[in-house]
Amino acid sequence: MSKPKFAMYWSGSCGGCEIAVINIHEKILDVDANFDIAFWPVAMDAKVKDVEALEDEEILLCLWNGSIRNEENEHMAHLMRKKSKLLVSFGSCATEGCIPGLGNLFPVAELIDTAYTTLTTDNPDNIRPQTVTQVPEGEITIPAMKDRVHTLAQVVDVDYFMPGCPPESHQIAAVIDLVIEVLQGKAELPPKGAVIGAGHSTVCEECPRQRNLKAIKAFRRIQDVAPLDPELCILEQGVPCNGPATRSGCKARCPSVGAQCIGCYGPAEGVVDYGARLITAFASVIDSKDPEEIEQILDGIPDPAGQFYRFNLADSLFQAGAPAFKKNEV
Amino acid sequence: MSEQFEPVIICFTCNWCSYRAADLAGTARMHYAPNVRLVRLMCSGRLDPTFIMKALSGGADGVLITGCHPGECHYIEQNYKAQSRWLLLRRVLKGLGIAPERVKLTWTSASEGTKLTKEINSFVEEIRDQGPLAWHKNLQQEKQETSQHNPKQAPVEVTV
Ligand code: SF4
Ligand code: SF4
Ligand code: FES
Repeated sequence: MSKPKFAMYWSGSCGGCEIAVINIHEKILDVDANFDIAFWPVAMDAKVKDVEALEDEEILLCLWNGSIRNEENEHMAHLMRKKSKLLVSFGSCATEGCIPGLGNLFPVAELIDTAYTTLTTDNPDNIRPQTVTQVPEGEITIPAMKDRVHTLAQVVDVDYFMPGCPPESHQIAAVIDLVIEVLQGKAELPPKGAVIGAGHSTVCEECPRQRNLKAIKAFRRIQDVAPLDPELCILEQGVPCNGPATRSGCKARCPSVGAQCIGCYGPAEGVVDYGARLITAFASVIDSKDPEEIEQILDGIPDPAGQFYRFNLADSLFQAGAPAFKKNEV
Repeated sequence: MSEQFEPVIICFTCNWCSYRAADLAGTARMHYAPNVRLVRLMCSGRLDPTFIMKALSGGADGVLITGCHPGECHYIEQNYKAQSRWLLLRRVLKGLGIAPERVKLTWTSASEGTKLTKEINSFVEEIRDQGPLAWHKNLQQEKQETSQHNPKQAPVEVTV
């Protein structure tokens, strides 16, 4: 009996999701024992034409990590969707845009300009990448950037979502176990569209820190609070912590070791707009009724859009900043 | 004759004050611009910033928040919460390149029909000057430009 096929593909991302999968250690042998790895560019050599040659839905499980940043990403998303029975939006980039999604605050031309003119970029001829280039041998092309980053689900139909930047290895292992159990007829798949490999509550709920009434007179950066109380809620100490709006599942990794949650597990269950939920959470801890004083306190959050949408901009209600909708005239 | 831009404005009102003020304006036959659509909440404290973002990203050009005067909220101090949220929301909007002036907060008591009418009329003019936000249109347009969706809604069955 042939084994069902597994694929993992990456698009606009950092590669951390791949590392997280490798990080499941010997569990990876279970993947190999139960699946035939059909396509996984980072781990094995297979070509796109091999995927094209497959029957539709011949791949049983495809983990897709990465945002849709360029036309090739989009093309591959359609291909993998067609060839896969279960397509999982794996990790924050695929699910909510993540750091690449912050590119949605700028027009594409400005992003490229910045990338090719930084102090540390050695580019004396001030070259920019061209989608089409003529060379003696003919014409060569690279994929064009899209106007803005999209999530996988904004481009194709997705079966499951697995948040995290990257997803925690213990969660990945649990999901793989589940799929294997389903294969053996011992378990059932969760309903389509479900969030898998994560909790149903907030990071605060898993956080071991002590909570009291929060009343803040100043927001400060974590390095400016010395020493941070090791027992007390970080937000209560005036340091912006995104725990109240963020989905549980990581066992409150960051606040457990003295760092604020920056929200990598995305919006908690039932949250429509991640930033809006955080606005509510942060506003409610401000201990002032005087607009002027409140403004002063808010100065302690120098980049609110970045603070609230670091991972979630592409999947938020606005999906982007206004400049991304202006056609590139840089 | 060039057509005048008619902004779409959502106005959130509090059941105990501004909604009554609007009612009063109505019974007194005061005129206010037809651009505003009133939404009644029990209190300005019920106003989740999500509502405002949904309005702006879904086609509104501006949002007017109204509530009881400081110290007069029926739920003690929820209007102060609304104030803090509003001030923070403005900063987030600015970061997204949206003019924070598109969201305004004003206190109006139940007897201030005239004040509410004035606030609405002047806000409509302010937003008219700002021009259309067009967020919904932008999102929709792009959707058409990009991918054809490949809906696959039937539940999946896994068999080996
Ligand atoms: S706000 Fe941060 S530190 Fe406080 S309980 Fe929530 S996760 Fe823990
Ligand atoms: S605490 Fe927050 S930032 Fe840290 S791993 Fe968990 S969700 Fe991510
Ligand atoms: S009851 Fe009117 S603002 Fe709270």
